[in-house]
Amino acid sequence: MTIAVKPTQTGEPLFYLADEHPHPEGWSTPLGFWIYLMSDCLIFAILFATFGVLGGNYAAGPAPKDLFDLPLVAVNTSMLLLSSITYGFAMLTMQQNRVGATQAWLAITGLFGLAFIGIELSEFAHMIHEGATPQRSAFLSSFFTLVGTHGLHVTCGLIWLVTLMTQVWRFGLIEANRRRLMCLSMFWHFLDVVWIGVFTFVYLMGMLR
Amino acid sequence: MSTNPDLIKLVFGRLSLESLPLHEPIVVGTFGVVALGGLTLLAGLTYFRLWGYLWREWFTTVDHKRIGIMYMILGIVMLLRGFADALMMRLQQAIAFGGSDGYLNAHHYDQVFTAHGVIMIFFVAMPFVTGLMNYVVPLQIGARDVSFPFLNNFSFWMTVGGAVLVMMSLFIGEFARTGWLAYPPLSNIGYSPDVGVDYYIWALQVAGVGTTLSGINLICTIVKLRAPGMSMMKMPVFTWTSLCTNVLIVASFPVLTVVLALLSLDRYIGTNFFTSDFGGSPMMYVNLIWIWGHPEVYILVLPAFGIFSEVTSTFSGKRLFGYTSMVYATVVITILSYLVWLHHFFTMGSGASVNSFFGITTMIISIPTGAKMFNWLFTMYRGRIRFELPMMWTIAFMLTFVIGGMTGVLLAVPPADFVLHNSLFLIAHFHNVIIGGVVFGVFAGIGYWFPKAFGFKLDPFWGKLSFWFWVTGFYLAFMPLYVLGLMGVTRRLRVFDDPSLQIWFVVAAIGAGLVFLGILCMLMQFAVSILRREALKDVTGDPWDARTLEWATSSPPPDYNFAFTPVVHDNDAWWDMKRRGYKRPLTGFRPIHMPSNTGTGIILAGLSTAMAFGLIWYIWWLAAVSFIALLAVAIGHTFNYHRDYDIPADHVVRTEEARTQLLAGAKS
Amino acid sequence: MSQMVRRSYALARLPNFQPEGLPVSRLLMILRILALLPLAVALGGCNYVVLAPAGDIAAQQRDLVIISTVLMLLIVVPVMALTVLFAWRYRQSNKSARYEPEWDHSTKLELVIWSAPLLIIICLGALTWMGTHLLDPYRSLDRIAANQRIDEATVPLEVEVVALDWKWLFIYRDYGIATVNELAAPVDRPIDFRITASTVMNSFYIPALAGQIYAMPGMETKLHAVVNHAGTYKGFSANYSGAGFSGMHFAFHGLDDKGFAEWVAKAKAAGGTLGRSEYLQLEKPTQNEPVRRFASVDADLYRLILNMCVEPGKMCMSEMMAIDAKGGAGHEGMNNTLPLTYDKYARRGTALGPEPTFVAGTCTPDAPQGQTSAAIKAPADTTPLLGAGLKRPTFTPLKSTSFFLGQRPKSDS
Repeated sequence: MTIAVKPTQTGEPLFYLADEHPHPEGWSTPLGFWIYLMSDCLIFAILFATFGVLGGNYAAGPAPKDLFDLPLVAVNTSMLLLSSITYGFAMLTMQQNRVGATQAWLAITGLFGLAFIGIELSEFAHMIHEGATPQRSAFLSSFFTLVGTHGLHVTCGLIWLVTLMTQVWRFGLIEANRRRLMCLSMFWHFLDVVWIGVFTFVYLMGMLR
Repeated sequence: MSTNPDLIKLVFGRLSLESLPLHEPIVVGTFGVVALGGLTLLAGLTYFRLWGYLWREWFTTVDHKRIGIMYMILGIVMLLRGFADALMMRLQQAIAFGGSDGYLNAHHYDQVFTAHGVIMIFFVAMPFVTGLMNYVVPLQIGARDVSFPFLNNFSFWMTVGGAVLVMMSLFIGEFARTGWLAYPPLSNIGYSPDVGVDYYIWALQVAGVGTTLSGINLICTIVKLRAPGMSMMKMPVFTWTSLCTNVLIVASFPVLTVVLALLSLDRYIGTNFFTSDFGGSPMMYVNLIWIWGHPEVYILVLPAFGIFSEVTSTFSGKRLFGYTSMVYATVVITILSYLVWLHHFFTMGSGASVNSFFGITTMIISIPTGAKMFNWLFTMYRGRIRFELPMMWTIAFMLTFVIGGMTGVLLAVPPADFVLHNSLFLIAHFHNVIIGGVVFGVFAGIGYWFPKAFGFKLDPFWGKLSFWFWVTGFYLAFMPLYVLGLMGVTRRLRVFDDPSLQIWFVVAAIGAGLVFLGILCMLMQFAVSILRREALKDVTGDPWDARTLEWATSSPPPDYNFAFTPVVHDNDAWWDMKRRGYKRPLTGFRPIHMPSNTGTGIILAGLSTAMAFGLIWYIWWLAAVSFIALLAVAIGHTFNYHRDYDIPADHVVRTEEARTQLLAGAKS
Repeated sequence: MSQMVRRSYALARLPNFQPEGLPVSRLLMILRILALLPLAVALGGCNYVVLAPAGDIAAQQRDLVIISTVLMLLIVVPVMALTVLFAWRYRQSNKSARYEPEWDHSTKLELVIWSAPLLIIICLGALTWMGTHLLDPYRSLDRIAANQRIDEATVPLEVEVVALDWKWLFIYRDYGIATVNELAAPVDRPIDFRITASTVMNSFYIPALAGQIYAMPGMETKLHAVVNHAGTYKGFSANYSGAGFSGMHFAFHGLDDKGFAEWVAKAKAAGGTLGRSEYLQLEKPTQNEPVRRFASVDADLYRLILNMCVEPGKMCMSEMMAIDAKGGAGHEGMNNTLPLTYDKYARRGTALGPEPTFVAGTCTPDAPQGQTSAAIKAPADTTPLLGAGLKRPTFTPLKSTSFFLGQRPKSDS
């Protein structure tokens, strides 16, 4: 949006706009949400750094290769990646104003997200059951915190997703809801990107340690 | 009386009657005074039926101006608390000599110095700075409000929530006894098993959410809502410094959030981030907290630099010298502030190369800072300086801050730091820059923008009295600490055995007393100014013959700030308008779209505070219930799609008409 | 506590931080004396130990303080003077002063205001780089005083320092003695401190001797220093460590050789042994602890303290780190923890976590791994540094962890 700042006809400089200055509703929202995501990204950056520092401190306990079940994690990763794709489809159908299809794709996204959380929780439960608790070593503390924080974000994303589906159902694909879906889309893909980092640095490189 | 201990524990967690510090006469006395004052206030509000007014017009407001004012009030209230702690410390250190144990035991004294630091940084300096930015920035860029007005209200109440938790710790339980940055292992559960550190963590977490969100909000405001014609290099310097400060906030507060979260995981479930055995690393905490902590210093001081720029230029009646280099200096400081954190712990045993790297980056910051100093100097050069109170604070700042800057660079030389680290020299240094820079800046800002906010100037007599008490008090209080530091006296000591030191501490205590008088005079100044508001009235909206856009509207500005969105041609926009014969528009008003008030912010913040209280005292049901309620209210809020309204055109006409008459009355 | 006042001495004979050959060093000497003069007047009757120390390292650090201050005064004084001058000259009532409301830029002035601080910072930066390397506390001494090189035959005095709650333990392994809250060293003999802590962070600081360095549990820091003048000086913790922090100070005696021998003999005569069980008693928090001496000390005690395995059955950090470096202890290591029985304060357990534990050692407590720990001595580097005539600084290659955590690998782990 640009407003031409030109002198008025009489040659007097223009010092104010006679018309209301149009900032459409939600004018700042994408930028604001983007900045929020960057601050969230910083949270993950610090958790990654923490894991980088403490990740080798097993306290004479188990190491990644004793604990991680890579095939399971690979399945888990595919759940999240697929959910990102289906979210993309939801956004495409939203552009075409197809409420039903959008809702369906959102629901599928949510199911993939749930599957991801479920697998992650069962992985955690298995490790804790074996004795590899977050208290056992600094490596496990930082592992559970990094992966758990990501999982917590996905959980928040799911709650948000359900809320948005309710709102789309009740109010339709109005401008505000489109904006919100857009924000959640950014959030969801962001979590996907973070997970790729987790999968690479924590799981794959952990196995190589 | 027989009760089930398990049930009591379930309901009250670790809260019990013993948690009330009934055995501390000082605390009980304070509680008496606070309770009495609080009850009087509540009774007064009830008697004058002000609750509804406060709720509708203030607590639920989304108007950036009112939120800004509430931030300032919070800052002043917390300043009184933080300063009471300072007086207690000075008194203790002045008398605890020659076998005397002073009047504070270690349990109490260690809380006092921790609380002093936490309160002064998080709940005095931060609210002051955020308050000024909140009030001034939208006006300076010609906006109607901030980008996210509801978020602004929420941020404020989260800050209040943090402050409430700190105040609560005075009377229920205790505060941390760890120093204001709570280094582990001391702050870990093994050595601080009580609620103190938990109060610390949750107060900072609750307030930190508010600060981060308000940072995002102000960045968006500055980036997206500037008036047409105001390119980045036409922004007022205060807006520039605010932008940089908020970038710093967004890029540093998440680090604080994480590091405190990790500490609480250590404390609550026994993880091993900062423990010494099981592979944890306390040094990582020290690194992380200072990665937040050093930018925090610049978060505080950059807006102060902006204020000084505005004040110097206005009261010298002159354009700011070297606007471009001022902007670049600010940006350079912003970036460099992330590359210096290690200078807070040269003594932790890093290698010489690491130490000198961080020492030298620290020194490099003094180059742009020095350039700023010269810019202010040459703004005064060939000006017509009016020594109104804001300008006096600015001169005092320039003379004081260079000393603090000099000792700061000195401490950046690692071998020099080895002998001065953690000494009273260091204490003197950072009070020198924080009081001399931030506090003087905030006072200059208050004096400068008060007429804008309330439509009348502050009383100069009490203001000048306060100024002189503050300045002399500051020098008397902190110059002795420099001296003591050179005698090898370290910080946070409660008792001393070398009697030759006492005289210096006595002088410092006298200085603190003078500063206290300065604070009293300042309160007096507000009271006198309100009483004499008719005599001090300003109807022009531009009492200082100032230069930036906020002075183009009335004082106090209407809800909508500007009836018409201004168009900017110059970085001294209002000066340009005045010079080129701007005429205030009198007709053609339109309805103005504005956000509506909402109580959701205060409710969410209240629930967060309740949840924090539950977590501090292990009252799990309270934490869980508050958390669920928090989620429910937040989700419920998103179902409200009608968050704004139109101010009808005739309302705007009436408001502007009233101003026209005032202006005409002033001229005749 | 009597403290030696060495002010007049230090003023008369300022140790030369920079060797001959630099023309600026003379100038700096003069500036240094000039800068000290007003201070010297103000000093009357007080002990400015930081400005008038008794050890060569502290003296060099003092010199850096003064040189840096003088360098910065070069710009600070003009700024303050100009502030006052401009404020006065361009006051509103002075109508005779020029008024140029639109003047806001001058490229020449901008150049000056950016380059003047820059030049000073370049000087200061160079000084910092050199000074930091030369005065690195980890670096072995190469001189005893400004003009006295170290004798290659001199054996440094090794002192192992442990910060306890809230007292200091000093172990003289070579002499087989240990003291609490009292430290002594012969004059002009280099001292190698190895420093650790039992529970929380402290900072080991004797202002008259040398700058401070943190004492941290499970980690070791080092300090090399020498005392040049006999006397009794104050040492203390310079990092707040809890309730007893104010009383956590000790006397440091700089003694001549004979005096030191007598001091050692006194400790020997005191009787008492400091073994592992005695240490565990000593370690418990106490405040304002009086001086204590132990005639004999477990030679392995410091290593056990450093590795946090004085308690029998607990795995040493060195062993743990060795296992971790080999990839952990696998599934067998999952449950090799035992419940903790000894708590320093109220408790270590957390509200929501399990009961506190420790990692059990895999060796017998009486013969822990890594018993032999040969002290690694850094040889005095005598290769000249080009140009400045200074010693070549020791350079530690950066490791990712040491860079961020500032801690060097322990030499004996």
